[in-house]
Amino acid sequence: MTDLTNLGIADIRDGVAAGTFSAREVASAFNAAVAKGKPLNAWLVETPDHALAAADAADAARASGDLKPLSGVPLGIKDLFCTKGVETTAASGILKGFVPQYESTITSKLFGAGAGMLGKLNMDQFAMGSSNETSAFGNVISPWKRNDGGNAALAPGGSSGGSSAAVSARMAPGVTGTDTGGSIRQPAAFTGISGIKPTYGRCSRWGVVAFASSLDQAGPMAKDVRDCAIMLEAMSGFDPKDATSLDLPVPAWEKRLSGDLKGKRVGIPREYRVDNMPAEIEALWEQGIAWAKDAGAEIVEVSLPHTKYALPTYYIIAPAEASSNLARYDGVRYGLRDLPDGANLQEMYAATRADGFGAEVKRRIMIGTYVLSAGFYDAYFTKAQKVRSLIVRDFEQAFEKCDVLLTPTAPSAAFGLGEKAADPIAMYLNDVFTVPSSLAGLPAMSVPGGLDGQGLPLGLQIIGRPLDEQGVLNAGLAIEERAGFTARPGAWW
Amino acid sequence: MTESTYRIQGGTGEWEVVIGLEVHAQVTSQSKLFSGAATAFGAEPNSQVSLIDAAMPGMLPVPNAECIRQAVRTGMAINAPINRWSRFDRKNYFYADLPQGYQISQLYHPLVGEGSIEIEPEGAEPKTIGIERIHVEQDAGKLMHDQHPTRSYVDLNRSGVALMEIVSKPDMRSPAEAGAYVKKLRSILRYVGSCDGNMEQGSMRADVNVSVRKPGDPFGTRTETKNVNSIRFVMATIEIEARRQVDLIEDGGTVVQETRLFDPDGNGGKGVTRSMRSKEDAHDYRYFPDPDLLPLELDEAFLEEARASLPELPDAKRKRYEGDLGLTAYNADVLTADVETARWFEAMLAEGAAPKPASNWVTSELFGALNRLGKDIGESPVSPKQAAELNKLVADGTLSGTLAKQVFEVMLETGDDPAKIVEERGLRQTSDTGAIEAEIAKVMDANPDKVAEYRGGKDKLFGFFVGQTMRAMAGKANPAVVNELLKKALDV
Repeated sequence: MTDLTNLGIADIRDGVAAGTFSAREVASAFNAAVAKGKPLNAWLVETPDHALAAADAADAARASGDLKPLSGVPLGIKDLFCTKGVETTAASGILKGFVPQYESTITSKLFGAGAGMLGKLNMDQFAMGSSNETSAFGNVISPWKRNDGGNAALAPGGSSGGSSAAVSARMAPGVTGTDTGGSIRQPAAFTGISGIKPTYGRCSRWGVVAFASSLDQAGPMAKDVRDCAIMLEAMSGFDPKDATSLDLPVPAWEKRLSGDLKGKRVGIPREYRVDNMPAEIEALWEQGIAWAKDAGAEIVEVSLPHTKYALPTYYIIAPAEASSNLARYDGVRYGLRDLPDGANLQEMYAATRADGFGAEVKRRIMIGTYVLSAGFYDAYFTKAQKVRSLIVRDFEQAFEKCDVLLTPTAPSAAFGLGEKAADPIAMYLNDVFTVPSSLAGLPAMSVPGGLDGQGLPLGLQIIGRPLDEQGVLNAGLAIEERAGFTARPGAWW
Repeated sequence: MTESTYRIQGGTGEWEVVIGLEVHAQVTSQSKLFSGAATAFGAEPNSQVSLIDAAMPGMLPVPNAECIRQAVRTGMAINAPINRWSRFDRKNYFYADLPQGYQISQLYHPLVGEGSIEIEPEGAEPKTIGIERIHVEQDAGKLMHDQHPTRSYVDLNRSGVALMEIVSKPDMRSPAEAGAYVKKLRSILRYVGSCDGNMEQGSMRADVNVSVRKPGDPFGTRTETKNVNSIRFVMATIEIEARRQVDLIEDGGTVVQETRLFDPDGNGGKGVTRSMRSKEDAHDYRYFPDPDLLPLELDEAFLEEARASLPELPDAKRKRYEGDLGLTAYNADVLTADVETARWFEAMLAEGAAPKPASNWVTSELFGALNRLGKDIGESPVSPKQAAELNKLVADGTLSGTLAKQVFEVMLETGDDPAKIVEERGLRQTSDTGAIEAEIAKVMDANPDKVAEYRGGKDKLFGFFVGQTMRAMAGKANPAVVNELLKKALDV
């Protein structure tokens, strides 16, 4: 029998249904892979029993002809999702030891659809970061290596870096991610997997530790487009507990997957041709355009004139919301409490938050507090809100001329751990292609396009109209079918 | 007397007081503004706390339509425009009673716009007080400092309860006006049913803004005294704070814009306001739109339903009582001041009592009895139906006023219906002229000297004969018949 850990979600679902293998065999194989993968530091908590219990339920369901959409599929869950009875920290010291008494809507839906949980995945602390280096529990190491023989440890991307590492290292067939400014797409691109951030409001935020509420959106990361579609269907849907949730039916995305782009117009935004873009990224983009054409699409050049303001806008709005969202971690009710001898309330707050939050989180809380403070609010926050509206309008106008946009996902391949840690601006630039669609709440995905000269994966991004996940998935599939991306990291760990 | 005559006498002349009130009124609702937790008063600490109220990670607020509806109805009751589009903002600050680290409120786009209410301060002309806005916000929890020698405990039962903040314009000029304003506002809220107005339980409290100026001068610097929880204290706060400001200014000082607290026990029990924090260390609340909530958009149907559900309000009711029912201004005022009283009175009318005598009976007999018993009208031992029956027995001549009082006393004690009491105790009034005439003859026989005096011109003695005859009849004689027969017997 082939190694079950090479299988994707659709393969497992179909194999379990057909009786080719049992769900227990699948769960056991992935549990073993998780255990073996410790050197990658992708998991904060391992929950093999959860995966096995769901697998046994799946095997029983098969016997009784009662299979659910994800029966027998074990998943990794980003540690931003609150999981009942399983420690949830958002990779922050301030939540160390916090065990939720509730299950996030997304994990409820996934488990309700038959999936099991392999464990909780490491990430950038409170989803703030692009390299996984801000985790309070040590960074994840990408399973990928450069082909230069240097053996440098690479970043798996962030913030969903544990998620991307888990799929690319074949420790999970699929994982949840969250994306605030690119946290699904950039790590997917860095590790040669697929990931989609749906339209803002498709996936409930209830029970997901908040970073920036107006931007946070959960989504799946998996080996390919079909697996993403399957998982996204299980994750999406109206949640009355989230006031920003969209009250719309969930389309049958998997069923309507088609890589045929005839009659579709693929837009190429000229402002995404940034200065100093590596030639390999440029070349991959050209290749993507050629694949889209080959799939029958018409290529149109479009303009998104406010693109250059997206990053500064994002780095005002996201920290502003975060500075408020993270105020609840104060040592009073749960999580870390640092109470020095004789400290009063203010001193307890200061000590707890100084101790519990990492440097990047503190940096963003301070930026956010600053841009919301009296005297600066209009100059920063109000202005950023206005620019955000202009960015939304840019997309609306572009989508009058095309159906989806095609861009690179990130301006580079995975960088080495530590290479950018000292320079937050360089780190923030990683999000330059993913942030605009986050600000506009649009569905966007990354699919692997190929390898750079050092043998590292590069991703292509497809951005769609609001609610047009189908268009995004189909364009992604068209590229996937033509890219024939099969590269994967050797198991050096 | 007019509104502008309240003055503080200072060493440099007269000072005028300028008052604005921010009233926080707890919205009457089963559950909190953004969570499903219950809101009942007096529950065990932390027994009415949802994951949202405790600000657990990943929890999200969802607006409670009933709270919004109640605030909308309140806005309509003060003739204010309802903003079809409003938005919630976060007010950020750290405190142990504020789990989220921010209060969800409405700074930039409140639900209700400008309105006004009419007040009639005691001994002064009626006046219109402007209302700037009403917005909806979350209440905070409560710190308990008396549970442990060195620690404070937090009770989150109130955390997330819906409040309406009703912001007046600086239109009041005396403690009496402020008192009348709070009273009237509470009356309206209770009519609408959007707040129970219970200040002792903290359902209603006021932040009192006070400044002083020489009449005709621009506004002075104001102070804000927080969380004053009775009408008496609101009035006392104004008096004390205005006097403090006048003394301060006249001593060469300047009033600083600051937040103060009212301590009713301070200054030897006379009450005092104390500085809580000055503007310099005021919080920067970093208000911004709450990204967890979409703007609140109200459709016509929602507004229509809210409007249709409004009851007759106190001013309209009072006019109707005076105009249509022909009640005295005093009775109309007293009966409409509180919604419970008006409901009780109207229930009595619905049972067939005639309005005018019923209004007199309620304001004198019933109120007198309740006062004696220390009960409010909701706890009356006599029901409106029983009261209506009692009034009808007077109207049809079965009972005299005196007998009715006796019957009412028995009703208060036993809770029995008046007809039953009349029957069992034989308290029926008699108009039997033969029996009355017989008693009159006996009284006259027993008091020949008085008869002579009366006939000699001492008219005042008529009352003596009425009293004697009534006593002889055990109070059951019809007084009109007694009067008539006595006149006939004496005036020969």
